[in-house]
Amino acid sequence: MGLNDFEYGRILELLGREPTLTELGMFAVMWSEHCGYKYSRPVLAYFKKYKEAMEGEGLENAGIVDIGDGLGITMKIESHNHPSAVEPHQGAATGVGGIIRDILTMGARPIASLNSLRFGPIRDGEEDASIVERNRYLFEHVVEGIGRYGNCVGVPTVGGEVVFDRRYSGNPLVNAMCVGLLRLDEVTTAAAAGVGNPVIYLGSATGKDGIHGATFASDALGEDSEEKRPNVQIGDPFAEKLLIEATLEALKTGAIVAIQDMGAAGLTCSTIEMASKGGVGMKVNLDHVPMRENDMTGYELMLSESQERMLAVAANGREHEVIDIFRKWGLKAEVIGHVSEGNTEVTRHGVVEASVPAALLTDHCPTYTPEAVVPDYYRSAVAFDISTLPVAEPHGALLKLLSSPNIASKRWVFRQYDQQVQTQTVILPGGGDAAVLAPRGTTKGISVCVDGNGRQVYFDPYVGGQLAVCEAARNVACTGARPVAVTDGLNYGNPQRPHVYWQFRESVKGIADACETMGTPVISGNVSFYNESELGEVLPTPLVGMLGVLDDSSKAVGIAPTSESGSIFLVSVMSVEVRQGGLGATEFLHEVHGIDNGVPTAPDVEGERRLCDFLVLAASSGNLEFAHDLSDGGLAVAAAEVALAGECGLNLQVSHQVRQDSLLFGEVPGRVLIGMTEEDSGIRESAERHGLTFEAIGTWSRRASTLTINETSWTLDHLRSAYENSIPSIMAG
Amino acid sequence: MPKVYVFVTLKPSLLDSAGRTVADSLNSLGYNEVAGARIGKLIELEIDNPSEERIKQMCDRLLANPVIEDYRFEVVG
Repeated sequence: MGLNDFEYGRILELLGREPTLTELGMFAVMWSEHCGYKYSRPVLAYFKKYKEAMEGEGLENAGIVDIGDGLGITMKIESHNHPSAVEPHQGAATGVGGIIRDILTMGARPIASLNSLRFGPIRDGEEDASIVERNRYLFEHVVEGIGRYGNCVGVPTVGGEVVFDRRYSGNPLVNAMCVGLLRLDEVTTAAAAGVGNPVIYLGSATGKDGIHGATFASDALGEDSEEKRPNVQIGDPFAEKLLIEATLEALKTGAIVAIQDMGAAGLTCSTIEMASKGGVGMKVNLDHVPMRENDMTGYELMLSESQERMLAVAANGREHEVIDIFRKWGLKAEVIGHVSEGNTEVTRHGVVEASVPAALLTDHCPTYTPEAVVPDYYRSAVAFDISTLPVAEPHGALLKLLSSPNIASKRWVFRQYDQQVQTQTVILPGGGDAAVLAPRGTTKGISVCVDGNGRQVYFDPYVGGQLAVCEAARNVACTGARPVAVTDGLNYGNPQRPHVYWQFRESVKGIADACETMGTPVISGNVSFYNESELGEVLPTPLVGMLGVLDDSSKAVGIAPTSESGSIFLVSVMSVEVRQGGLGATEFLHEVHGIDNGVPTAPDVEGERRLCDFLVLAASSGNLEFAHDLSDGGLAVAAAEVALAGECGLNLQVSHQVRQDSLLFGEVPGRVLIGMTEEDSGIRESAERHGLTFEAIGTWSRRASTLTINETSWTLDHLRSAYENSIPSIMAG
Repeated sequence: MPKVYVFVTLKPSLLDSAGRTVADSLNSLGYNEVAGARIGKLIELEIDNPSEERIKQMCDRLLANPVIEDYRFEVVG
């Protein structure tokens, strides 16, 4: 069931007796990593806001960002890795559904979904044929599952990322992020209150699906994963859509005291957490729970993870207002118990199956601080010497990079997603460094993206964590938005392995420190451990979901030049100490030289913050034609992406003292390409005032059809065919 | 040529939203005796010399998703 002997002993001690089977199941799920965060809590305290919230009033309201005009944004990212490895379509779909309900129960309308996906290689020959075939199957069906659920539920999928690496073979990562908009005076709570108030079950009926999903997610996948299959759940996006509308309508009545999603660990988690947060108990009669099969036991009812369900506490006497609204929308709504003092007690067929103080399950979960050891591979990565590498032939190298599935156009993915439903999306996938939405009821815009680079984190976790924050902040700032808050999705192998715990601790520290400097607090997040199978463990993959705010959504900046022609400038943070020519742990090294080694260059986070400030000011002038940051594949890839997005030729002449491959493909952080029809001296002065280097490096023109960087030229047709055809032709094969 | 009828259904404990919609709709038409509906699919194959072993393979690899679906088949003729 996932509890060890020590934990079982602790349960005996806390209860002063043997637990019943149902109680044992409840402890197992509540003390799983997924719910109890037993290996991560001590490290998560690096996040300032998390620490404050844990010591103060709880995590709940920490997750809302005030964007002015009485409106707030809430967002969260959550992993659904294990279910997606077993059943990719439903695993991914229910991941999207779960995170939407999390946002909904704060009283927010879900306005945007994003996702961050990792798979093993999909190109023939990179691994055994059967593994590559399985990777392609997972990729295809995860994307299809996200697309179908998102499209049916009416929440646009506006952004995301997909990365392929052999260390994700057998362990795909599927992280779903949702962004919600709420009125600050309508925030709801999950803390149960008011002894005697009725507890209402809402949504779809409970079946025997997904029993023990949370403990399943806290285990490594092994050969016996086939037998774990009954844990899979099937989602119903149309029921979820009804749930969204019914919930938002019911919240407006004011009859709801508290509400929470029944996600991982189902009824157990929702009853226990709501009772514990409110410092009360609950008396629940499971006989009243709507069931798909009547023969369900108390154990099964408490642990089922059937989808599209919620639990609410209503004000005594007003339960019918809530029930009537849910029934009107065709959903189940039944009073199953009431708020009480003392223990939370669960009855089935007249027998008390569990009676425990809720706090024992939420607050007494043991925490562990395993040993952390710096692995040998780190030392050899630091010692990696690029001077022995031959300088690559640049023309072929760029085409190779553009056709690498990690860099190539993801149109094959996002064309399967509805990006426009709700009609608030201003910048679509592929159109900018981050998505931009213009919520109704305000002139402000919000910009969102999600970023992570497992390879960089693997080779230098602290720097990799910092880089993820800087990249995400830069991306929203390129659209003209001020970065304001972060949600993080932390994905790793088994934390009991010393090098994994080191990767986890250092990368979290890197994220926390960078967020502190950047002024973007981590407001929510999720931890997923045990992402490993017989093929090995995943790259440590922390993901940063960034929220940015634009004062005027009509001033959003994309990556495509819109005018006929103009000038291009490279704006960079000056004080970056470049390691290994910027080539360590890069896509270039992997694709062109077949080498996975080296360390990434550390960002100057203070400088990155100034770069973001500059970009926001520059965008508000209305004079920026485009802005695009230098990321995977460096200057050459960024320039090619601008050329392809704008269907224009670029002529760039860049002075340098570094080797040619460093100049073209090096991944040095803190650099952005911007375009203006003519140089605006105010913008140059602003860059200099922000302590940035501002260089005019060339021009774009719609009449030209080549990209030229110094002495090398590429035709747009060549670039386009490498960039656009790669993933479609792999997936058609 | 012999025909092989393959019946694919969702595993019993999984949610069948289409089946639920049909049951609800029959109830609202007044057929209140309907307590539940499950929907599956029927696949008709024409196979020369059908081999049970190979049909099973076809089901496992393509026709059914063994993670969430059960199947059975009948050979006729």
